[in-house]
Amino acid sequence: MSKQIDVKDLNIYYGDFLAVQDVSTTIAPRSITALIGPSGCGKSTFLRALNRMHEVIPGAKVKGSVELDGQDMYGRGVDPVLVRRKVGMVFQKPNPFPTMSIKENVLAGVKLNNKRIKKSEAEELVESSLKGANLWNEVKDRLDKPGSGLSGGQQQRLCIARTIAVKPEVVLMDEPCSALDPISTLAVEDLMAELKNDYTIVIVTHNMQQAARVSDKTGFFNIEGTGKPGKLVEYDETSKIFNNPSEKATEDYISGRFG
Amino acid sequence: MTITEHDQDTTNDTDEPSLEASGRGQGTLPEWVRWAVAAASLAVGGLLVAFLWKVNIPFTVIVGALIYVVAIYLISRTVESQRHAVDRVVTGVVTTMFLLSLIPLISLVVTVVTKGAERFDAQFFTYSMRGVLGEGGGAYHAIMGTLVITGVTTLISVPIGIFAAIYLVEYGNKNAISRALTFFVDVMTGIPSIVAGLFAVALFTLFLGPGTRMGIIGAVALTVLMIPVVVKSTEEMLRLVPNELREASYALGVPKWLTISKVVLPTAIAGIATGVTLAIARVIGETAPLLVTVGTTDSTNLNPFDGRMQTLPVYAYYSYATPGIPREPYFARMWAAALTLMLIVMALNVIARLISKYFAPKTGR
Ligand SMILES: Nc1ncnc2c1ncn2[C@@H]1O[C@H](COP(=O)(O)OP(=O)(O)OP(=O)(O)O)[C@@H](O)[C@H]1O
Ligand SMILES: [Mg+2]
Repeated sequence: MSKQIDVKDLNIYYGDFLAVQDVSTTIAPRSITALIGPSGCGKSTFLRALNRMHEVIPGAKVKGSVELDGQDMYGRGVDPVLVRRKVGMVFQKPNPFPTMSIKENVLAGVKLNNKRIKKSEAEELVESSLKGANLWNEVKDRLDKPGSGLSGGQQQRLCIARTIAVKPEVVLMDEPCSALDPISTLAVEDLMAELKNDYTIVIVTHNMQQAARVSDKTGFFNIEGTGKPGKLVEYDETSKIFNNPSEKATEDYISGRFG
Repeated sequence: MTITEHDQDTTNDTDEPSLEASGRGQGTLPEWVRWAVAAASLAVGGLLVAFLWKVNIPFTVIVGALIYVVAIYLISRTVESQRHAVDRVVTGVVTTMFLLSLIPLISLVVTVVTKGAERFDAQFFTYSMRGVLGEGGGAYHAIMGTLVITGVTTLISVPIGIFAAIYLVEYGNKNAISRALTFFVDVMTGIPSIVAGLFAVALFTLFLGPGTRMGIIGAVALTVLMIPVVVKSTEEMLRLVPNELREASYALGVPKWLTISKVVLPTAIAGIATGVTLAIARVIGETAPLLVTVGTTDSTNLNPFDGRMQTLPVYAYYSYATPGIPREPYFARMWAAALTLMLIVMALNVIARLISKYFAPKTGR
């Protein structure tokens, strides 16, 4: 299920503005990769380029290649819709569909695609996805209530359940815990540790402890100045990045001596 | 040392401004005073107007309000403070303006209801004017004609309007076509309705020759008026749908058209339906375009593709403009038609509210 991502010479643009320059890296399957770096350095931009969500912004474009187990997702004739089914995404702000119940939210990936699914299968999928997202116990008695009636942390876990319900191979998370309290954060972190057995996970975070706690590898993005493109400065084992980084900029950033 | 400092901090004295009012007087006026002053001012104003001219409600309100404003200012300034006095004056002025704006509205409703009630009976809703001279008769043909023509108009305008709005919001990206569309929609919003009517006449003259009168021509004229309203309201509603929802859907591997039809439209449906209902209310009372396109008739015709039809506004117009002798039954029917039209529009507004209440995305547990 889980797949490796190979990024080669990736340049990401908003119109003529080069936001991220020359990223080449390999993201291993069944691992958690954390992306850290100062605000505006292009972490979200890079993450969104990994499932072709970048191009939904008018004028946005990408040069270079991103391979999913050797298959270029930016190749000719590749349908971005199919790419996104394989590479799911959880956003910084919880965004459950307001017109749908909790259950319908979990089944959104199936239902919105007009796929038929047996009632029993649907119920199983809802239960397994919600259990996978650590939310089952809290919502099992009100599956037919609107998803927007949950707390922020519950909504975020609902969004995670919705993402894993389509059985992707990679899950991208953009600051998934920034709106959550420490307890929900811990729940999401535990969840990531579990999900790692089945999925390739890439997470953007501003929380160094979180990156150090959960990730196997860490990438540090940096930007030289405003208007300059962001670059992947260093990418290595998490323990190496946090204990013995090879770049001066990385060391400055993680020790808090920055800008 | 620290303890004494702390003590001094908490004793908060001398230079802190007091919260109590500092004005000429120090008191506050009890709540009933302003009602008493208002009542007295209105009474004095009413008497004054009646004495100088005649009994007249709007002038009573205006004069009464002037007296009230001056009186409450003086009273409040002596009892309370300057600031309270100004506050009360402004409150008084705003309330007066509100009441004044209600006068024409209420007087319109009262006029239409009292005059319309006379012929607001079963016969009015079941009889046409076929062979009727003088007393009796009804507006069955006009009511049905209005419903048919408005229905056809809605059937044409709503899909066009909604799809145009979807194009603008979801596909346009401010490109040349969408900017042109926005421009024409804005221009069309301001088209005088008679121009729309003449346009429809000219259009159908090309195909059917001059002098043709048909329900469908009227529907086309009304469509010209209705489409921009539907486009505008739908566009606004679609823009209110947060982009995050679209992205959430895309991220689940849902194609764009399914995202639009299953996420964006359901989220905006309450607003869109409300907008459509109000757009119907906007065109249902149009008279001029129907006069030139559909004409008038005394008998029932429900087929919009075959000859003249009657509609409520045109019915009311002809009852007034060319009454028979005696005139009274014609005028009574005219008022009843006006009342019916008003009730339909009110019903549409109520429906719009119900729709926006029941379709709105639900929150809560
Ligand atoms: N929709 C957009 N249109 C144009 N430029 C954008 C857009 N989104 C982001 N940018 C620019 O791209 C650069 C990278 O932004 P990005 O959102 O990827 O930063 P980030 O690293 O995720 O920051 P943060 O940590 O604050 O989320 C910034 O200079 C930003 O201004
Ligand atoms: Mg970001």
